Amino acid sequence: MQITKTIKKLVSEGKADRVFGWKKGELGFDTEPALFTEDFDSVVYNSLCGANLCKYMINETKKDGTVLLLLKPCDSRGLQLLTKEHRVRREKIYALGVPCRGKIDVDKISDKGIKGMIDIQENGDTLTVVTLYGEQTVPRQDVLYEKCLSCVGKEHVGCDEVLSPELSEDTTVNDRFAGVTALEEKNPEARFAFWRSQLSKCIRCNACRNVCPACSCVKCIFDNPSSGMDSKANADDFEENLYHIIRSFHVCGRCTDCGECSRVCPEKIPLHLLNRKYIKDIHKLYGDGDEAALLTFTKDDAEPSVVYERGEGHA
Amino acid sequence: MQRIGVFVCHCGSNIAAAVDVKQVAETLKNEPNVVFAADYPYMCSENGQQLIRNAIKENQLTGVVVCSCSPRMHEATFRKTAEESGLNPYMVEIANIREQCSWIHKDRMTATAKAVVLGRAAIAKVRLNAPLTAGESPVVKRALVIGGGIAGIQTALDIAEAGYPVDIVEKKPTIGGKMAQLDKTFPTLDCAACILTPKMVEAAQHENITLYTYSEIEEVKGYVGNFRVKIRKKARYVHEDLCSGCGVCTQKCPSRKGGNEFNLSLDKRGAIYIPFAQAIPNVPVIDTEQCLKFKTGKCGLCQMNCAAKAIDFSQQDEIVEQEYGAIVAATGFNPISLDKFGEFGYQTYPDVVTSLEFERILNAAGPTKGHLERPSDGKPPKTLVFVQCVGSRDTSGRGKEYCSKICCMYTAKHAMLVREKYPDTEVYVFYIDVRTPGKNFDEFYRRAVEQYGVHYIKGMVGKVYDDGAGHLMVRASDLLANEQLTISADMVILAAATEPDKTARSLATMLTASMDTNDFFTEAHPKLRPVESPTAGVFLSGFCQGPKDIPETVSQAGAAAVKVIGLLSKNKLKSNPCVARSDSLVCSGCSNCEKVCPFGAITYTEAEVNDGTGKEIRRIAVVNEAVCHGCGACTVACPSGAMDLKGFSSNQIFAEVDAICR
Amino acid sequence: MPMNENGEFTPLIVAFCCNWCSYAGADLAGSGRLAYPAEVKIIRVPCSCRVNPTFILRAFQKGADGVILAGCHPGDCHYSTGNYYTRRRMTLLFSMLEYLGIEKERTRVEWISAAEGAKFAATMNDFAAKIHELGECKRLEDLRCK
Repeated sequence: MQITKTIKKLVSEGKADRVFGWKKGELGFDTEPALFTEDFDSVVYNSLCGANLCKYMINETKKDGTVLLLLKPCDSRGLQLLTKEHRVRREKIYALGVPCRGKIDVDKISDKGIKGMIDIQENGDTLTVVTLYGEQTVPRQDVLYEKCLSCVGKEHVGCDEVLSPELSEDTTVNDRFAGVTALEEKNPEARFAFWRSQLSKCIRCNACRNVCPACSCVKCIFDNPSSGMDSKANADDFEENLYHIIRSFHVCGRCTDCGECSRVCPEKIPLHLLNRKYIKDIHKLYGDGDEAALLTFTKDDAEPSVVYERGEGHA
Repeated sequence: MQRIGVFVCHCGSNIAAAVDVKQVAETLKNEPNVVFAADYPYMCSENGQQLIRNAIKENQLTGVVVCSCSPRMHEATFRKTAEESGLNPYMVEIANIREQCSWIHKDRMTATAKAVVLGRAAIAKVRLNAPLTAGESPVVKRALVIGGGIAGIQTALDIAEAGYPVDIVEKKPTIGGKMAQLDKTFPTLDCAACILTPKMVEAAQHENITLYTYSEIEEVKGYVGNFRVKIRKKARYVHEDLCSGCGVCTQKCPSRKGGNEFNLSLDKRGAIYIPFAQAIPNVPVIDTEQCLKFKTGKCGLCQMNCAAKAIDFSQQDEIVEQEYGAIVAATGFNPISLDKFGEFGYQTYPDVVTSLEFERILNAAGPTKGHLERPSDGKPPKTLVFVQCVGSRDTSGRGKEYCSKICCMYTAKHAMLVREKYPDTEVYVFYIDVRTPGKNFDEFYRRAVEQYGVHYIKGMVGKVYDDGAGHLMVRASDLLANEQLTISADMVILAAATEPDKTARSLATMLTASMDTNDFFTEAHPKLRPVESPTAGVFLSGFCQGPKDIPETVSQAGAAAVKVIGLLSKNKLKSNPCVARSDSLVCSGCSNCEKVCPFGAITYTEAEVNDGTGKEIRRIAVVNEAVCHGCGACTVACPSGAMDLKGFSSNQIFAEVDAICR
Repeated sequence: MPMNENGEFTPLIVAFCCNWCSYAGADLAGSGRLAYPAEVKIIRVPCSCRVNPTFILRAFQKGADGVILAGCHPGDCHYSTGNYYTRRRMTLLFSMLEYLGIEKERTRVEWISAAEGAKFAATMNDFAAKIHELGECKRLEDLRCK
């Protein structure tokens, strides 16, 4: 495999002494994040490598030596944020961009009623799902993650090297903000009902927070007993709302829209709809500057009253 | 465990008339940690304060809540009261039950209930107060004055006389500013040079004053008491320490094409020149745009003729770094460009001049040696038309909306001087209003009209044009007679509006001092703190704060000096202790706080941190308490809550919210 | 539901006021005897930029029916730029609250100078009237505290 060859070459050249990538998961066909110090042949990179690895670098770069990190385009934006915010020691990372043509959501395959999966084989735009009960084919496009269907773009940022970028494929089919717009068009009662039904599912497992490249605080305000905001679990409806309102505000202007929060949520809460609401507003009100929207201003920014003035059902 | 005392003030009947103060005290006595509650007719009176002092001692109070007027009124008073009894002054909170309650709510029950809630919020807050100590920072006993006009010179002289070293930075090759270009000064008609040049000499010779002429401010860092400034000394190509000021070089220079700035380009000067005879320092400067040596590499006549060997074509700009305790902006003004006022023909006709140019024409050291001669052909003009408010009080967008203030008086002066020396002239003045408030000002104006027969006409000039036979024609309206006039004039003098010097804005940015939309520096308070900028340690002198004549400028310059002297006389400055602090155990070092800090008070350091999970070197934010003003912008930019504000901590505000919403 | 003696709904309104402009504006409203409803309770902060969204949510959590922030006019901030950050933060936060279905009239930002006592009173009267119309805030309230 091209990736394994490149990894071996880079390690032998001394560019890195270990590798952070994906290995085969427990199910045999899935993958999970893994650190490799040897046996680079077991590094896996395929359409099931959905996980964003950049957040692991906070701890990984506290160690000695240099780590070779595999990054999909969306992951590279996360690493860029962590670097900008001094959360990783970038000089201890060799960032190797890997091509991406969208990642597969196994749950979407299950949702099609396919049971007893043993293996998933890719064949161009078709997937062959091997099950205990025989083989089935599924169009690849049907089972991509939501985050891939509204992908921000397949260009890597800030990598030391990008491997075969020509193999990346644009997987965007949705308007990135379509989900936000659809909600905005509803009346407040319907929006409230929607979010209540979603956020009430939250079990406060903190997976969204732990995976998020923007949620990189040494100590989260919700875990800090002296913050006045600590709550390890949601005691009531309000706290379910509060946690997600504050979390989305804290990442507002910094979120890279990698979609990991929604991907990892065991309750399938569409958390990206919160982050994208901020992104949409920022684009509309402040344009796409490089600086995080809340850390800068212009003297003629919109007044908060724009929220009232644009009326109901705005989009 | 906090022991809190609650003191409810009647404020005579101001509070007691609408609020049942006894009930408020009774109710608040039941709040957690409250061990003492009392009411008194005037808590701020000596007896009231004594009551607080006694209660603190007798009940070993650790916190005090005063339910009274606005904290903006008496917070400082009660903090001092607490301090006198040995309690930390920052253990005092005020519940504003006058402005926010008794004065606006007529219903006694409603007002009393609200007073209780406001008291509860203050108690909830004070329970979480921590003793705070004001930080101290040393004061560098040296002042910087930016601008060497009469404002800067006067400020510097006053500071220097008080015994403090002071540096003047002037961008032109000489100090003196606009006043040096003036002929006579109103309302006494004494000559500007006669009263200014001795001051210039005094400034140059004063042991406490250092002059940096032909120099500009490059960078300002630091804060009140501790500014660090970089000054760029531009290359003069003449060594100041060697030059004797003999002026031979200026006579030998073969280049004669440079416009003489001092005479507003009404005549020419050499490429190496001394701006005017009494310039300080009396050292020439080379204009490299005009100098043949710089343009062609050939010449060097000045260098050959310099006996002192002071001329050095290889001289470079020099950066001087100096520390100051206080900075005074005295950047002055300029007349506006008249490009947008084509109707007056300033660009077209040489005999249409500005008032400042006219000053030079009248001046004995000016381009005409003081003889009244018009620029086009050198003939003495017989009819002169003065036009006031050219761009002042202008709402068309071409000029300035404000009144330039000095024009009415100097125009009266010009008219008078002309009529005095040349009685055969006719002098007209067109005005919107004649504004002459000031000591002996109106008398002065009336002399121009009554004694000197100057024709004052209320109305604006619409157009200045050539009648085809080489005569300037002035078309104007006479509003009082309600008629159109056309006057054949030999000279037209325009009182151009004034504006702050263009360098003021970039300087304001460096000083983090604020400006209004006209680029005048903003004062800390328009009435009560007129010579201080809102930025601590930055003071304002002269025209840069707003239009001023010479007497006003000199008084304000003195006032600014007094403020500087007051600052420099302190050995240490106490700073506001309600500043941000970063919790090193929680800080992630993300730099978001630094980006929103308006004062550059936050820096980062690599520090060893042990949060219980082991030692680690982390990047963490550090607040410079002397620089932090305590706005709290950083506290919201910080997602982890590591950044908090002393005196207004998140937990204190949560407690207030909880108490109010209880 | 909090009622007055006439059985009318009395809302609870928290007003965060910056020390330099709006708090002084409230003082001026007081000295001018310009009345506004007693349900408005003011919390003093050094600058509007000190107001963390968590404070606003906490107020709603504890039963506030409306939260208003008042600061110096943009360009007049005592700290020169604090309120510019407030403006962005609150614009985005309010938009998010609205998106979550919280009635947008329950949150507001106003710029009130130290000279605008009349504007302070008028703003508070207007805001309180809006909250009266909306009634109790049920969507963002901690039921345990009732």
